[in-house]
Amino acid sequence: MTILDEREGNRETAVNPKLERRARRRDAWRGFFHAAPAYLYLTLFFTLPLIIVFVFSFASRGRTGRPLLEGWNIDSWTRLFEPLVRTIALRSFWLAVLNTALCLLVGYPFAYWIATRRKQATRNILLVAVLIPFWSNFLVRTYAWRMLLDSDGYITQFGEMTGLWGRLLFTVPAVFLGLLYGYLPFMVLPLYAAIERLDWSLVEAGRDLYASGAAAFRRITLPLSRPGIVAGSILVFIPSLGAYVTPDILGGAKTTLLGNYIVTQFGAARNWPFGSSISGAILIVMLAVTVFYFRSGGRTL
Amino acid sequence: MMKRMLILVAAVALVAAACGDSTDETTTTAAAGATTAAPGTTAPPATEPPPAGPQALADACEAGQTDGDLNLYNWTEYLPYGAAAEDGEVDDLKEAFEAEYGVNLVITEYESNEAMLAQIDAGVPYDLVVPSDYMVTVMKNAGLLLKLNKAAIPNMANIDPAFSNPPYDAGNEFSAPYQWGTTGIGFSYDVIDDSEGVSWGVIFDPAMNADYAGQISLLDDERETMGAALKYLGYSLNTTDEAEVNEAAELIAATKANLAAFISAGFEDLLVQGETVVAQGWNGDFLGAYDAASTDDYDAYEDFGYAIPVEGGAAWVDTMAIPATAEHPCTALAFINFMLDAENGATLTNYTYYASPNMASQEFIWEEILEDPSIYPPAEMLQDGSLEFFSDLGDFTNMYSDAYARAKS
Amino acid sequence: MTLNQGAAARPWVDRILAINGWLVFAFLYLPILVVIVFSFSASPNVGIWGGFSLRWYDRMFGNEQLMNALRNSLWVAAWSTVISTVLGTAAALAIDRYRRWLGRGVFDAVLYLPVIIPDVTMAVMLLMWFTQVNITLGRLSIILAHIAFNISFVAIVVRARLANMDPAMEEAAADLYASRWQAFRRITLPLIMPGVLGGGLLALTLSLDDVVITSLVQGPGSATLPVYVFGLIKRSVTPEINAVSTLMLAASIFLVLASLAFQRRGERSG
Repeated sequence: MTILDEREGNRETAVNPKLERRARRRDAWRGFFHAAPAYLYLTLFFTLPLIIVFVFSFASRGRTGRPLLEGWNIDSWTRLFEPLVRTIALRSFWLAVLNTALCLLVGYPFAYWIATRRKQATRNILLVAVLIPFWSNFLVRTYAWRMLLDSDGYITQFGEMTGLWGRLLFTVPAVFLGLLYGYLPFMVLPLYAAIERLDWSLVEAGRDLYASGAAAFRRITLPLSRPGIVAGSILVFIPSLGAYVTPDILGGAKTTLLGNYIVTQFGAARNWPFGSSISGAILIVMLAVTVFYFRSGGRTL
Repeated sequence: MMKRMLILVAAVALVAAACGDSTDETTTTAAAGATTAAPGTTAPPATEPPPAGPQALADACEAGQTDGDLNLYNWTEYLPYGAAAEDGEVDDLKEAFEAEYGVNLVITEYESNEAMLAQIDAGVPYDLVVPSDYMVTVMKNAGLLLKLNKAAIPNMANIDPAFSNPPYDAGNEFSAPYQWGTTGIGFSYDVIDDSEGVSWGVIFDPAMNADYAGQISLLDDERETMGAALKYLGYSLNTTDEAEVNEAAELIAATKANLAAFISAGFEDLLVQGETVVAQGWNGDFLGAYDAASTDDYDAYEDFGYAIPVEGGAAWVDTMAIPATAEHPCTALAFINFMLDAENGATLTNYTYYASPNMASQEFIWEEILEDPSIYPPAEMLQDGSLEFFSDLGDFTNMYSDAYARAKS
Repeated sequence: MTLNQGAAARPWVDRILAINGWLVFAFLYLPILVVIVFSFSASPNVGIWGGFSLRWYDRMFGNEQLMNALRNSLWVAAWSTVISTVLGTAAALAIDRYRRWLGRGVFDAVLYLPVIIPDVTMAVMLLMWFTQVNITLGRLSIILAHIAFNISFVAIVVRARLANMDPAMEEAAADLYASRWQAFRRITLPLIMPGVLGGGLLALTLSLDDVVITSLVQGPGSATLPVYVFGLIKRSVTPEINAVSTLMLAASIFLVLASLAFQRRGERSG
């Protein structure tokens, strides 16, 4: 009954405005009731702790690094504008952008291939096959890559034989390899969802109008799969911004990224207020990106 | 919708900030009921008295008395038990302790002092922790440790006099030494000749390491890595002079191109496998790896060595300490006494390949370890400054952190 | 929505796509194969094959610390997955099906925050929060932490599924005088089940793999498997870890295949 209410077109069929209103109110209450447990939980175990973190970012630093609730200052926030922080943030930003682009480049043809298999069963199996590697422990996987890429590894030997590359371990390509490996599913899944939903009759229509395959792809398929591209890019970009374990293990920890910088503040540097302010800043930026995504007409991820 | 949410969050945050101490996060010993807040950052370090309750309990313990199971919070693989003990061909100390005292030993492990500090600071009730030297200073000044009841630890007498009055904890009031070691350079004899000593230059001087550039590793630890650079430049590794620290950071930044990696876990494996030929690291880890790589036909010690660089290296001590929120202080004291026993101390060293601060253990430690100058350097080195201990830098910690982050960025 | 001739690319394009597809799969499975293969190697050096042996599996079962970590992992994952799937699905339904209720906008936004927050920040804030409200750190605190971030992931997946659903089905049910609960149980739930399962699987994966948050909010003796592996991998990498990973992989594959088969059977009979 209430779903009918939602459709504007059904307003004329409303029999009794008072009934309508009561139904709507009951509807609102139902909605609240459904969300209440999750809402309560998140408030208790997420929003409130988060507020504490924001509060801490204005506190001063104690001997053990823990914030002291006195001497309120905005030092932690002004430090965000130091050149060091800017360098680190920029580096993480470029890493995330490049990784997203790489994932898109590799992921799109792959997702397209899976989405265009004829049988639903085949598509399902292929999708599950994409996910299976991720049910193994992340660290174990990354260390396996380390082994594969070291001087004795087959990959390096192959590279040396063909003259294409030397030792890959602890180089920049290794880092991107590891990141691509870790984030590919996040790109493939939304892309697959978008491409699979495509109305192929449109492509056929384009063909009927003498469009070449490439043109049809460029002007029909690609734009129509845009929601998938955007969703996948966001799902890859955001975690990439904070990634640091893979660059550490495969890249030799030769660069400081936002992720390890934050960890250091809560660790060796014993400066929790600063760690809080960096985290807070990242959250605000991410939130802005997500808002932008929704404002530009994005759908739910 | 989103905009409303942003405004809401901002408003709440501001209100919360304005309300000030509505949350009392200053309680560093939440469970035990804190007394005062940690001292201000400008005041000289005053030793905070821990809360009355657990301290009184600890003081009343007698030697060998236990009051429940022990919650031990230790570094990974720093106590021999289970299959690892079998592999190392040493006794299972966990079983031995449980058998001797009739209590259970619950072990949780950590990989960094700061991770341990975060938990202890938050009041998680571990009974015994194993902080490094500088961390003992930090923790005792913050009131996070109980004073040791020496009457319950008769085996304290076994400790080498060199460790009875360490700079990080005068008179071993709050801590008892567990193991000690040095930080130096592990290397392959293929590229390094150590007959006249090894210099930090094999890492930092491009003229010296041209042949094996890209096969060098440094530790990924701001104190240790910066320490190596500082020592090479002739400064103290506890210096608070900003110019010196920056110089060290620049040196590291310049060296980065010649490095394979900054790595604190597995550096010895990389060396033994041949990925690196020169590596900064801890003696016990290197020697343990050399021993593991040796078989009946192959002696890894002929291919690999360890040296404390001529410009000086670092020495460090890991200790046992009882957090102020311990629920079983008597058992903790019994454990400390147990570990300070001559034979148990030896078992520990035979497992970790680190030196024991326990003099009485020497007759039970394996010959090869006792005679290895890499594990037991000549005593003079501790005195003449070739080996320096890390001390807590207090407010200068941030300077080092940022310098290190800059070096790596 | 169906694939018809329009989707067919020229044969050579299709072939290239297929080759690319298989290459990507090879890329995805290479380290997994390495992990599995070396779990059967007799040599303690991961990377050097030492002959076939089951010793690491043997040793794994005798490793009390590891078995304890495994038990903790499973316990935590089970509870957090179930609770977060229920709460997350309810939340997704609330947002998608009901457009006007108190605080909906804020809730919608809050639901996204756990996804974008850095791990370590969440870890620290939960640690501080738990000690503030005197929740003992241990398996309970880990479960609570996992639920906190999993609700959002489940909600996102279920919402994606809901967005695709045709509300006509539920309308039809309403037209046929089905009560709310009946309509939910017999129409909505089965239709969103792929989303719910997908969300649940995601929650399970995230819970089983979490290191940073778990290591900070754990208590004495409550280490989970990834935390244990994290510590171990820093010290000595033996194939024991490979053995554990292989078994967990096998278990997850089995779980998924079982749920797929179960679903298929449900569809056929339902």
